[in-house]
Amino acid sequence: MRHPILRALLRLSRHKALLLLGGGAILLALPFVAMLGGQAWVRILDLAILYVFLALGLNIVVGFAGLLDLGYIAFYAVGAYTWALLASPHFGLHLPFWVILPIGALLACLFGVLLGAPTLRLRGDYLAIVTLGFGEIIRIFLNNLNAPVNITNGPQGITLIDPVKFGAFSFSSRTEIFGYTLVGPQKYYFLLLALCVLVVGINYRLQHSRIGRAWQAIREDEIAAKAVGIDTRNMKLLAFAMGASFGGIAGGIYAAMQGFVSPESFSLIESIMVLAMVVLGGMGHIPGVILGAVLLAVLPEALRFAVLPVQQALFGKVLVDPESLRMLIFGLALVLVMRFRPQGLWPSPERKRELLAGQEGRT
Amino acid sequence: MSEVLLEAREVSKRFGGVKALTGVSLTIRRGEIYGLIGPNGAGKTTFFNCLTGLYVPDGGGFVFDGQPLQADAPQKAAVRGIARTFQNIRLFPEMTALENVMVGRHVRTCAGVLGAMLRTRATQLEEARIRRRAEELLYYVGIADRAGDLARNLSYGDQRRLEIARALATEPRLLCLDEPAAGMNGAETEALKGLIDGIRQDGITVLLIEHDMKLVMGLCDRLAVLDYGQKICEDVPAVVQKDKRVIEAYLGEVPEDA
Repeated sequence: MRHPILRALLRLSRHKALLLLGGGAILLALPFVAMLGGQAWVRILDLAILYVFLALGLNIVVGFAGLLDLGYIAFYAVGAYTWALLASPHFGLHLPFWVILPIGALLACLFGVLLGAPTLRLRGDYLAIVTLGFGEIIRIFLNNLNAPVNITNGPQGITLIDPVKFGAFSFSSRTEIFGYTLVGPQKYYFLLLALCVLVVGINYRLQHSRIGRAWQAIREDEIAAKAVGIDTRNMKLLAFAMGASFGGIAGGIYAAMQGFVSPESFSLIESIMVLAMVVLGGMGHIPGVILGAVLLAVLPEALRFAVLPVQQALFGKVLVDPESLRMLIFGLALVLVMRFRPQGLWPSPERKRELLAGQEGRT
Repeated sequence: MSEVLLEAREVSKRFGGVKALTGVSLTIRRGEIYGLIGPNGAGKTTFFNCLTGLYVPDGGGFVFDGQPLQADAPQKAAVRGIARTFQNIRLFPEMTALENVMVGRHVRTCAGVLGAMLRTRATQLEEARIRRRAEELLYYVGIADRAGDLARNLSYGDQRRLEIARALATEPRLLCLDEPAAGMNGAETEALKGLIDGIRQDGITVLLIEHDMKLVMGLCDRLAVLDYGQKICEDVPAVVQKDKRVIEAYLGEVPEDA
């Protein structure tokens, strides 16, 4: 008997199998190619995958269950600080990753339920405001929990956080493999990629399950969903909890990868950014969300590298401060996408039909 | 097993100063088609909403199948075996017809998050059963050929049928239909009549709100008439039709010498 994954692969058409193998090969080769441009590019890749992870988590809440959450980064913060506190000299604790990650995920999950429970009756804008406040509360707590008892070390943040380690294999140091020196960010890339594949799988399976259908039903008509016996309260809490635990795991990896966390990494703009990734890519459509996350994570960084040389070439000197121009171009790109592709760059087929039908109705 | 499936006891509901329902009591027997009629604004839909948990009654309550019905949440009513359709159709518009009915199976299935993530054997089997049952129900209401279409793209009559299929998917013992024939033409209404009759023959009790008198009189075993939130009559159609108060409610006061 063959392995089920192998069987699934063999069932695919030749076209799809080639696409899958080609895509996989590119993903595996990417950190080596990026390394040619310097370690900074590999770090950008790492962050891009981390954002994919986050966006997929938020997609459960926003895309699947239709609950607008503007404080998602709070769960990321909870995961990051869980790791930071349990694996750094700050408390002198150095627990292994397989203990911390589940704790971080559970804690974020708990916070997800804490946020979800009082907001169950809220919808749309109201929910967005409350979640926004929640995100800020977490950040302000992290900022101020250094007195009277120093828990989070306040605005200075926590430094010297342990990297992810499998026994003696540390992800932060260099490793020689077949004569090639693998740097830390490259190793994290593969770790994140593996986790990301797992999350994509979980997301996909959730969407096409009894639970995913219930979420979609709540999103489309909550009263009808109740009338057919869906416990909307539990289902919404479940969405919050699932999304939050993914955020918690991503946060933990982030803390380990950076070696440093401080409250300012978890500001409102980060929540908005992740939400923008979900909306820009195509709410509720997994490939779209991945695309949105990669674009929004890489584009500002790529602009950072492009803005200076382009100005030099065009005007002979630097006219506009690259940092502000970068965000300007970025904002303009977002506006243009939302104007001309309101359904997102890569929407699910249903959502596309919905918007097209709406346009037909207007004209 | 007693003969009575549902008993409403002195159900009252006010909205501010408006008495939408005042002490409405009625009994629905197992296996009958029970009609609820009355002029517009008489409280029919309010009664439905109280029964299915969308509203909490201000007074009185329901006994369903010998047990009091804790009608404070719609999903509880569905779990107990009360399913409904809506006067203004409420489907899940961006889901296919088949998926709409599959959602209806939610309350009678149990796959959880872990099962869904690991896609265990039990989950796969349950999922296949859900799909098969949903297909059967689409066939039963006569729209099997539209299974893959989005609910919003179905014709009006088909949407009504789909709503019934979704309600049936919850395995109800009492099916509450809120004006199922509204907006249907003669042929569609005739087909609907056959469908409702078939549902009753399958052992499901039907509570029907309807304005189409021909349908109501031809289909219902018994009727209750509401007017200004009060029950003014409850009997078999032939008696209700001749009831003086009912005629007054519908046509205004009838002069003595008419």
